[in-house]
Amino acid sequence: MKRWGGFSGTRWWSMVLKEFTQLKRDRLTFAMIVGIPIMQTALFGYAINTNPKHLDTAIISADDTDITRSFIAALENSSYFNVVATLPDEAAGREALAQGKVLFVINIPAGFTRQLLRHERPSLLIEADATDPTATSSALAAVNGIAQSVVDKEITGPLASLRGSPAPFDVNIHQLYNPDNITQYFVVPGLTGMVLTLTMVLMTGLAITRERERGTMENLLAMPVTPLEVMTGKLIPYIGIGLIQATIILLAARYVFQVPFFGNIGAVYLSALLFIAANLTVGITFSSLAQNQLQAVQLAIFFFLPNIMLSGFMFPFEGMPKWAQTIGNLLPLTYFLRLIRGILLKGNGWADSWPSVWPMMVFMVVLMFIASATYRRTLD
Amino acid sequence: MTAVANPEYAIDVQGLNKSYGEKHVVRDVSLRVRRGEIFGFLGPNGSGKTTTIRMVCGLLKPDSGSGTCLGYDIVRERAEIKRRVGYMTQRFSFWEDLSIVENLDFVARMYAIPERKAAVRKALDNLGLTARAQQLAGELSGGWKQRMALAACMLHEPNLLLLDEPTAGVDPRARRDFWDELQSLAAKGISVLVSTHYMDEAVRCHKLAYIAFGKLLAQGTAGEVIASQHLTTWAIHGDRLSELQDELRKRPGVEQTVTFGDVLHVSGSDAELLRRTVEASAGGRRAELIDTNLEDVFIYLMGKTPENGGGKA
Ligand SMILES: Nc1ncnc2c1ncn2[C@@H]1O[C@H](COP(=O)(O)OP(=O)(O)O)[C@@H](O)[C@H]1O
Ligand SMILES: [Mg+2]
Repeated sequence: MKRWGGFSGTRWWSMVLKEFTQLKRDRLTFAMIVGIPIMQTALFGYAINTNPKHLDTAIISADDTDITRSFIAALENSSYFNVVATLPDEAAGREALAQGKVLFVINIPAGFTRQLLRHERPSLLIEADATDPTATSSALAAVNGIAQSVVDKEITGPLASLRGSPAPFDVNIHQLYNPDNITQYFVVPGLTGMVLTLTMVLMTGLAITRERERGTMENLLAMPVTPLEVMTGKLIPYIGIGLIQATIILLAARYVFQVPFFGNIGAVYLSALLFIAANLTVGITFSSLAQNQLQAVQLAIFFFLPNIMLSGFMFPFEGMPKWAQTIGNLLPLTYFLRLIRGILLKGNGWADSWPSVWPMMVFMVVLMFIASATYRRTLD
Repeated sequence: MTAVANPEYAIDVQGLNKSYGEKHVVRDVSLRVRRGEIFGFLGPNGSGKTTTIRMVCGLLKPDSGSGTCLGYDIVRERAEIKRRVGYMTQRFSFWEDLSIVENLDFVARMYAIPERKAAVRKALDNLGLTARAQQLAGELSGGWKQRMALAACMLHEPNLLLLDEPTAGVDPRARRDFWDELQSLAAKGISVLVSTHYMDEAVRCHKLAYIAFGKLLAQGTAGEVIASQHLTTWAIHGDRLSELQDELRKRPGVEQTVTFGDVLHVSGSDAELLRRTVEASAGGRRAELIDTNLEDVFIYLMGKTPENGGGKA
């Protein structure tokens, strides 16, 4: 081959070949090279939707008439609202909102139709969980148009005089939890979860594979120390690191971004501790799977991607298709985000938090089981 | 079910086998190491020495076979064994990002050594490392790393040392000091199983075992190992020995030729045939019948393939 300026084509080509051969041997890296773009495309292309539709809605109807029913039908037809429950009273509505079971509660007061027919301009109340402004804003913007169309279609005959704009009734929208729609209120507490996921999974994964890669694991195994002691002993410092990270972000949230802290700060730390523990089990499992530190990093990234995309951290959870929500529901970050946002922004207590607490516990127990099954007691 | 610690044998294992996937790397290995004995473990790279040592100290579970180490069952009583054995890995396996004293202190805590601080200080003194105690282990040269590793695996005063190629890459002076230390330990009743590639180290062992392709080919004192191969050896002195060597290789009765400086050793198992060949080919050079030495035997053993002795027999 040609040479110029001391550059040997032959040498260069053997360098290329060597690199390819090594790459081919590293099966995990190879899988990542293919897997990461596929995953990214699927996530961005199909799962993420910044104009979410089919949002879960509950109805409190004290006035069941043709007109109210057709209003509800029109809401559903708009494809923004998905009526999942009919609730007896406002207290039940507030609870459903606090627990994140629904994003909207539509309250039709008694005598609504009667007042409408008497031209008394009755009001409908829509309560919205505005924790995540992006999730609710499009739907709320559509409400007035829907109201108008119901009037145009349903009100016929002698009542036709009610038609025409403005609609003969008012829609009062009451945005709960984050009434000013400040995105930081929503994003900054969630950041705690994202940072903890990355550092906990990455650092524990590395900490254990490092021992194996450097050969010090053999030394440890030869000493009278039990696997449980090795594991838990190695993890303690990372729990401390995680709590420090959480504190930094929470301080910034409170004093830099002025995020309101309605709930109990002790509950926030308990949630963080549970979440850290759940992620540590992921880290340990990865460290048993990975042969070296590079592979541990790759696995951590692979785990991290769906966590940011599908947990509701960056994009509204409610806007994702069912399959993406199903994956999201398997990730501890999804629950932690609901938990910490619920505690901070909604002031949720124990009862409202429990639906997000137990899935994290289940996750942790399952992974602990996998991790201890895959942990190698000997060098086999 | 604590076995009674058998005082006679430090290691007594029978029929150990280990496979990695399709690869059968240790085949029916049986070893007996007496207390206070320095037992040399020889064999080419990849012959299964490290794997055998790991099975003896409970780091690997044998696929089949059984035995005791310091009287404790190598499968069921691994925890007991770990407490009493000092294992020095082939590759330096202490924490390079910890200082010497931090490494020793960590090890001392692992074994719950009473009077920990004093024990560590004494170990540093013996090593002559007190002045460099704060230096990171990763910055030590090969010889010092090996001394630190030995000190660390001696901290808990083990009854048995398992040393896996402890002197690989260490200068001759440091090797000599290391072996002097081993011999004084053995004199105190500590048993040592040591793998090595060095002939001068092999001759300092009380007993030897030679392993190839996972199979033990010889075991016993140096004399027994030499005798077991039934070799006759001639030494030829003179010039142009490499020419002679090339020629002799093709002749009947010659199974091995090795040059040691200006002497050519020619060995074979048929003594009479070899004598005739040597006398016919020496061509004026001085040839004499000598005692086969350990190195001749090891080189001879190394030339064996799985088919002619190393493999399933
Ligand atoms: N963890 C392992 N996985 C697969 N093969 C192994 C493993 N450890 C050792 N081997 C193989 O077993 C054989 C014996 O290795 P080893 O016991 O390290 O030999 P030695 O110490 O005598 O050089 C070698 O062929 C080696 O490649
Ligand atoms: Mg080895």
